[in-house]
Amino acid sequence: MTTTALLFFALAVLLVWGGLVASILRLRADTRREAAEVAHHDPATPGAPR
Amino acid sequence: MSQQSAASGAGAHPPREQWSGQLGFVLAAIGSAVGLGNIWRFPGVAYENGGGAFLVPYLVALLTAGIPILWLDYSLGHRFRGAAPTVFRRLRRGAEPLGWFQVAISCAITLYYTVIIAWAGSYMVFSFTEAWGDDPQTFLVSDYLQAADPGLSTQVVPQVLAALVITWLVAIGILALGVQKGVERANRIFIPLLLVMFLSLVVRAVTLEGAADGLNAFFTPHWEALADPGVWVAAYSQIFFSLSIAFGIMITFSSYLRRRANLTSTGLVVGFANSSFELLAGIGVFSAIGFMAAQSGIAIEDTSYQGILLAFVAFPQIISMMPAGPVFGVLFFGSLTLAGLTSLLSILQVVSAAFQEKLGISPRQAAVRIGAVAAVLSIALFSTTTALPLLDTVDAYVNEVGVLGSAVVMTILVGLGLRRLPELQAHLNARAGVHVGTWWRVLVGVIAPVALGYILVSGIVEFATVPYGEMPWSFVNTVGWGVIGLAVALALGMTFAPWRRSPDDFTPADLPARVLTRTGDVHGGSTTTRGEP
Repeated sequence: MTTTALLFFALAVLLVWGGLVASILRLRADTRREAAEVAHHDPATPGAPR
Repeated sequence: MSQQSAASGAGAHPPREQWSGQLGFVLAAIGSAVGLGNIWRFPGVAYENGGGAFLVPYLVALLTAGIPILWLDYSLGHRFRGAAPTVFRRLRRGAEPLGWFQVAISCAITLYYTVIIAWAGSYMVFSFTEAWGDDPQTFLVSDYLQAADPGLSTQVVPQVLAALVITWLVAIGILALGVQKGVERANRIFIPLLLVMFLSLVVRAVTLEGAADGLNAFFTPHWEALADPGVWVAAYSQIFFSLSIAFGIMITFSSYLRRRANLTSTGLVVGFANSSFELLAGIGVFSAIGFMAAQSGIAIEDTSYQGILLAFVAFPQIISMMPAGPVFGVLFFGSLTLAGLTSLLSILQVVSAAFQEKLGISPRQAAVRIGAVAAVLSIALFSTTTALPLLDTVDAYVNEVGVLGSAVVMTILVGLGLRRLPELQAHLNARAGVHVGTWWRVLVGVIAPVALGYILVSGIVEFATVPYGEMPWSFVNTVGWGVIGLAVALALGMTFAPWRRSPDDFTPADLPARVLTRTGDVHGGSTTTRGEP
């Protein structure tokens, strides 16, 4: 492959697949935060404030 | 009024089906977005429109139109809890025909999409023996499809008929199991399988002799292309058609999400997953094309690199040239079949859910009744010798007029006509996820309708001035505009049909005060949600 094509190959992978990884990580973080909030407000959850 | 009275007293709505969780929804949405177009359309479009430089308009289109409209679909379906006709009726009673138009367009797509999946399934079997021999084009056109000139033939092609019947039986069988046990479970199996198969194919493709030349052709940037408006139109079209937006699928799918679901982060995952698969397809397809060019001594620009010719003529040639070709063939046509099937299920769900809600029937009843009618029409039209030109014409008009028209009307109606974007923005922000600002309203209410409206008008002008595919005017006008006319007629007809259970006894869930104060004046809603169909 030429250097230019290789550079754009790497850039495309970085932007598109990097975007996918970043969005998956963001979704996981949101889900964990939400679960923690629900547990905090749910009296049925052990350790939740009453 | 008569519809209202006919519906009243018909009983309470049964509980709405739901995804088992966020993962089920994400996989189903990715399954819907990743389809035939990702594999056979994107690589060619990118190559023809600037190569590596196409990345710029492509990502701009994804971020300014694709994902914002995806979020619009999600917010509509999730807030108003129904299939497209129910959602638009709840938005404003007079908007119901738009929902039915989206259902009609989906219905038209299922009729011909099924036959392409049937072809791919057949070719997967043909791969074992490389049944196409030395001349895949003659095999496709004369032996397999027995293609005739444009027209409406009643002469059935037995091998296409058999494959089409099997495809419909599989699709109806999965659909009849419902959202969670049918569509979700199928995607939980098919999407990982598709990924494994396609990754294996790409790994094999990039190790072939000449693959580097193919990748050079695909990734080398041609910056002058960015000054061409046609390249930007191609990027917006690719993103728009690829993401399964604005014709009811994502509205219907998001209506099965639980109330607290994260909509915006999920949309980002689906949008980038779709583009990631397209990029993977570009790498695999152009590596294989580079190999074919090296083996046959022809230039890459002289090969078929898009659509039916790429899949059913170029790839069989490549398979015949390579060692262990049948394995590569099974991977390629198996991937096409799975990608097509998961998209087909989502399109059928749009139709099924709409009729379930209008007629008050179960998922199984809807799958069998709607599926049977669609299967008969599909078999009658697309298992014949005129399937190829018919499919080509219906696909062009349905997408470039029907789906685009639906998107333009939807964004203008919701944004400018009914001014409901603040409410939908608040709905998105009431849940965990990426915070959506005023920029989203500008993108959905202004940028998207302008960009898509330009593509729509350009397409209509071209249809009116140049006969599509160099086919006779009488054929393309009758079939192309005939399908659009039928979709409009079905939309109006279904709007006037009575609802088994009224969808109007519904109030959207309350929006938290913290979100309302940030968003400004919106249509709030009550503290409870009533009347989910």
